[in-house]
Amino acid sequence: MKILVCISTVPDTTTKITFTDNNTQFNTQDVQFILNPYDEIALARAVELAENQQGTVTVLHVGDANADATLRKALAIGAGDAVRINAQPTDAYFVASQIAAYAQDKGFDMILTGRESIDYNGTKVAAMLGEILEIPSVAITKKITIDGNTGILEREIEGGKEVLAIPFPFVAGTAEGVADWKIPNMRGIMSARTKPLIVVEPIEVKPLNKIVKFESPAPRTSVQLIDVSQVGKLIDLLHHQAKVF
Amino acid sequence: MSVLVYIESQEGKFKKSGFEAISYAKAIATQLNTSLTAISIGNVSDDDLKSLGHYGANKVLTVNHQNLQGFVNQAYAAIIAQAAKNLDASVVVLSNSFTGKGLAPRIAVKLQAGLVDGAIGLPNVSDGKFVVKNNVFSSKAIAYVEITSPIKVLALMPNAYKVLETGGEATVENFDYQYNVNDFTSIVKEIVKASDKVSLPDAEIVVSAGRGLKGPENWGMIEELASLLGAAVACSKPVSDAHWRPHEEHVGQTGITVSPNLYIAIGISGAIQHIAGISSSKIIVVINSDANAPFFKVADYGIVGDAFEVVPQLIAAVKALKS
Ligand SMILES: Cc1cc2nc3c(=O)[nH]c(=O)nc-3n(C[C@H](O)[C@H](O)[C@H](O)COP(=O)(O)OP(=O)(O)OC[C@H]3O[C@@H](n4cnc5c(N)ncnc54)[C@H](O)[C@@H]3O)c2cc1C
Ligand SMILES: Nc1ncnc2c1ncn2[C@@H]1O[C@H](COP(=O)(O)O)[C@@H](O)[C@H]1O
Repeated sequence: MKILVCISTVPDTTTKITFTDNNTQFNTQDVQFILNPYDEIALARAVELAENQQGTVTVLHVGDANADATLRKALAIGAGDAVRINAQPTDAYFVASQIAAYAQDKGFDMILTGRESIDYNGTKVAAMLGEILEIPSVAITKKITIDGNTGILEREIEGGKEVLAIPFPFVAGTAEGVADWKIPNMRGIMSARTKPLIVVEPIEVKPLNKIVKFESPAPRTSVQLIDVSQVGKLIDLLHHQAKVF
Repeated sequence: MSVLVYIESQEGKFKKSGFEAISYAKAIATQLNTSLTAISIGNVSDDDLKSLGHYGANKVLTVNHQNLQGFVNQAYAAIIAQAAKNLDASVVVLSNSFTGKGLAPRIAVKLQAGLVDGAIGLPNVSDGKFVVKNNVFSSKAIAYVEITSPIKVLALMPNAYKVLETGGEATVENFDYQYNVNDFTSIVKEIVKASDKVSLPDAEIVVSAGRGLKGPENWGMIEELASLLGAAVACSKPVSDAHWRPHEEHVGQTGITVSPNLYIAIGISGAIQHIAGISSSKIIVVINSDANAPFFKVADYGIVGDAFEVVPQLIAAVKALKS
C-alpha cells in the first residue's frame, strides 16, 4: 500500500496576525511556522496504516526550502521519503494542481491531507485533488481503516456521522480523532537525516483568485459584567437588549 | 448569465443552511440583474420544491435517482456543474456546510471557477471586479478575495446570512444529467445520527462548557440549559480529549467552527485556539469563576462566578421567562 501525505506549514497557533504593504500581505516577520496540526494527524495515521499493512509513506510539500526542516520532522515521525515541489503556493487550487501533477502516475492508493490548513482555512485541497485526479474524496474524515483494497471512512455530517466504503485510490482530509499526535523518537530523528528528500519543479497554473486586501475583525465592545447576585438580569438582557431569544 | 444555487436536503427536507444559501443567491442575482435557478438533489416533495419560489427562485431543477439518496460528492458535483453549464451560470452558490465543503471545491475545478469558501457578506461587484470576503487565520483576519475567472463559486458560511422570503413563484423541472458510473464508487454503508440533538454547526444558540465543570457527571445542567434554549451543546478540546464529551462537540481551531447568534461559554478559559472556533459568534456570554480569564476580553456579557451556582439560576430565569 502506497500512501501520500500532503503537509503544509502554518503560523504557530498563538501568532499575532498582522499585515504589511497596505494590508495586502501577511507579515511573516518573527512568525514561527509549524507543521499544520491536521497534517500531523494525517501523517500519524498514515504511519500506523503503513506499519500494519507493510506500506510506504511519502510526504509532500508545495513550498520553498524553509519547509525542509518540517519535511525532516515528518521523516522522523515515520515517513519513508519526502518530496518538495519548489513553488510559492498562491492558493488551494494551485497547491492541488501541483500535488495532482506529481501524484498522477505514481500509483498511490491513498492520499491524505489535513481537513484544512489553519492559515487560510480552506478545506479545499482534498476535494480539488480528488476532482483533478478523478477519484473519490472525503473532505472531513474522522476515522480511516483498511479492508483489502477498500478504505472504510467515517465522514462528519451535521448531527452525526456517515460510514463510507471507498475503493483505492482516494483522497481524504483528516480531522481530529483519526489518530493521536506522534512525537518523533531519537531513532526516528537520526534516521530522518539520511532519508531521501527530492525537489521537483512546479507546473504552470493559471490563478483563479487573488486576495486584494486583509482586514482585522472589528473588536468587540468591552464586556458588560453582571453581578453574580443578579443572574436573572443576564437572561433579561439577552432577551430584551441583545434579542437573541 | 444567471445564478445557480444548490439547496441541500436531509431526509427529504431542505436544510436551514439551504434557505440561507438561496436568500444569499437571490440577493446576488438581484445585484447582477439576472435570474435565479435552484437545484435540489434527492427525494423532496413537489410542494417543498415549489416553495423555493418564495425565496426568489425563478426555476427549480430537481434530480431524483435511487443512487442519489445518499450523498456522493463526485456525482453531486457533476450534476451541479452540468446544470451550471447548461444555464450558462456565472455564479454558483451553496452552503459551506460539511456537505458543501466536500462539494464546492469539486464543482469549482469542473467549472475552472475561482472558489470562495466560508463567504461572509454579499460580493462587491464594481469596476468589473467581483470581490467576496471570508474569514482567514482562524478568524483572526478577514480576506477580500477577488475571483478572476469568468465563473464564480461561493460557499456561504452557515449562519452568516439571514433567510429572507421575497415572495414569488417557481416552475419545477426534472433535470436530466449524464449518469457516469465512475462517480458512484463510494458506497454509504451507514448513517449514524446523534439522536434528536440540535446540530452544532447549524445551531443558533450554543451552550459550551470546559474543564471548569470538573467532570462529565456535571453536564446535566449544561444539557438542561441548552434544551430550554433550543441550543446545541459544545465543549473545549481537553473535555473531549478526556472523553467527558464526544469529539463531535469540540469547538475551536482543531474542532468545529461555529457562528451562532449566541455562544455561552461556561468554565472555559478562552485560549486562543478555542476562540478561533467561536469568534464569529454574534453575542458571546462568558461565565467563569476567574475574573482574569482571557475569555472575558472577547465577551459581550459576563458573570464572574461559580458555574455550579450560576447555571441553575440561569435555568430558573429562562423557565420564568418562558412561563
Ligand atoms: C495546536 C493546538 C490546538 C488546539 N485546539 C483547540 C481547540 O480546537 N479547542 C479548544 O477548546 N482548545 C484547543 N486547544 C487547547 C487550548 O489551548 C486550551 O488548552 C483549552 O481550550 C483549555 O480548555 P478549558 O478552557 O476547558 O480548560 P482550562 O484552560 O483548564 O480552563 C478552565 C476554566 O474554567 C474556569 N473554572 C474553574 N472552575 C470553575 C467553576 N466552578 N465555575 C466557573 N468557571 C470555573 C477556570 O477559571 C478556567 O478559566 C488547542 C491547543 C493546541 C496547542
Ligand atoms: N503548500 C502545501 N503543500 C502540501 N500540502 C498542502 C499545502 N497547503 C495545503 N496542503 C494540504 O491541504 C490540506 C488542506 O488545506 P486547505 O484546503 O488549504 O485548508 C492541508 O491540511 C494539507 O494537507
